[in-house]
Amino acid sequence: MARSPSLDSAVYIAGVAETPLGKVVDQTELSMVALAAREALAEAGMTLKDVDGIFVNYMGEEGSVQVGEYLGIRPRYGDSTDVGGGSFEAFIHHAMLAIAAGRCEVALITYASRQRTRRGRQRQQAADTYTLNGQFEAPFGLLMPITHYALLAARRMHEFGITPAQMAEVAVAARRWAQLNPKAWSRDPLTVDDVLASPMISEPYRKLDCCLVTDGGGAVVVTTKARARDAAKPAIRVLGAGESHTQWHVSQVPDMTVSPGAIAARDAFGMAGIKAADVDVLEPYDNFTGAVLQHLEDLGFCGRGEAGAFVEGGRLAPGGGLPAMTQGGGLSYCHPGALGILLLIEAVRQLRGEAGERQVPGAKIAVAHGIGGMTHSASATVVLARE
Amino acid sequence: MSDAAKEEFGDPLSRPFWRAAERRQLVVQRCAACGRHQFYPRPFCLGCQSDRIEWVKASGTGTVYSQSRLHMSAGPGFEPPYVVAVVELDEGPRLVTNIVGGDCNIGDAVRVTWRDRVGAPPLPVFEPVRGGR
Repeated sequence: MARSPSLDSAVYIAGVAETPLGKVVDQTELSMVALAAREALAEAGMTLKDVDGIFVNYMGEEGSVQVGEYLGIRPRYGDSTDVGGGSFEAFIHHAMLAIAAGRCEVALITYASRQRTRRGRQRQQAADTYTLNGQFEAPFGLLMPITHYALLAARRMHEFGITPAQMAEVAVAARRWAQLNPKAWSRDPLTVDDVLASPMISEPYRKLDCCLVTDGGGAVVVTTKARARDAAKPAIRVLGAGESHTQWHVSQVPDMTVSPGAIAARDAFGMAGIKAADVDVLEPYDNFTGAVLQHLEDLGFCGRGEAGAFVEGGRLAPGGGLPAMTQGGGLSYCHPGALGILLLIEAVRQLRGEAGERQVPGAKIAVAHGIGGMTHSASATVVLARE
Repeated sequence: MSDAAKEEFGDPLSRPFWRAAERRQLVVQRCAACGRHQFYPRPFCLGCQSDRIEWVKASGTGTVYSQSRLHMSAGPGFEPPYVVAVVELDEGPRLVTNIVGGDCNIGDAVRVTWRDRVGAPPLPVFEPVRGGR
């Protein structure tokens, strides 16, 4: 594995903050971003004036430009990359390289959505019969994005004998973590039987296999080792990152049981010089229960086809062998349309040892694994470490 | 809708597909240089980059690669329950489609049939091949 030549310059996350979460009635997306940015920068011992790199997506077209204006930032480095909900893991990758190359020093990654309150972020089926989707996929009535991910889960069940109960274990683990997080949206007790009794939506997915639809977002500050010395809290090293994408349309998925996450993880783990067994905390993009099974295999926590058995017995839950979705995940804590930024924030808090009741004791290495698009279209993986 | 308006359906590369659909024929692109089939259409072969691509009639048979039965409507015109599937054609390419006229398992053999639409060419959907092939 070729290591990046530029990583003699160590890069750190020096501040993180969530926006208001859940149902946000008294803020706009832009004001939510401003609040989170100020808070994350304060953790880093900085203000908006220090920011010279800005990374924004899903805040309108030319996201970094619009949010840059709102925050009064004129960056040396701007990035509005759109690889879906895992864009924020890709932003860490890009920010790490930009900072290591000296093109910016203080990178602000931020996002907010009021999709629950506004019910606005549902991607519309493209009815335009000029587009490929409008011609060849939308006319068949896929419920976006549930059917897309359901098709992956159905194939996974067919190839590996995965059961609905095994997928439900993922939702139960997320809920048990959420019960330890006062900010989590869904905190009532949940069993595998409860998941299997919830209404069927798009087979094999039932309502409780699917993530929440909530308002939320956050901000993350990435900087150099020298600048991270001013941080009010321990800075967390970015050890490695990687990304890839394979397809946009469902018909073009090369293999429904392997995602581009396998490539993203290989690059991120290779750069970090770690293997799956070294990971203390995993923050996987849990938009659907079966997606987490995919991630576990792509990241190498178990072999291909083994993730169903791997998650049984509460392996991902509090007290289990692989703490995962430790703030409750997109399934029970918050899913603001693009979940990736919240995965980074929780990973940093776990590594700082400030996660309260849900703290994983002695966590030193955490992985945030984001995905985007309708069918594991894109993936990005970040490896973080407490020094 | 007039024939002239129908002629405009789709995009410049896909019009041969929809013209064939009007005749209830399923066509895909085939590379005369390397023999590879591809769908949706591209301006050259994605395998060997040859320009020698041609539209050929597909066998119309394939297997179910994955499927999901919907219990909630995706919007107007979709009455649950209905089945969305990815079918792998015998020629290789996969299509998103619906399974009609009976239940299938993943891996089952299916053949193309056509669903008429108002103001648009017929849509290729698939039905079980009883007793397999």
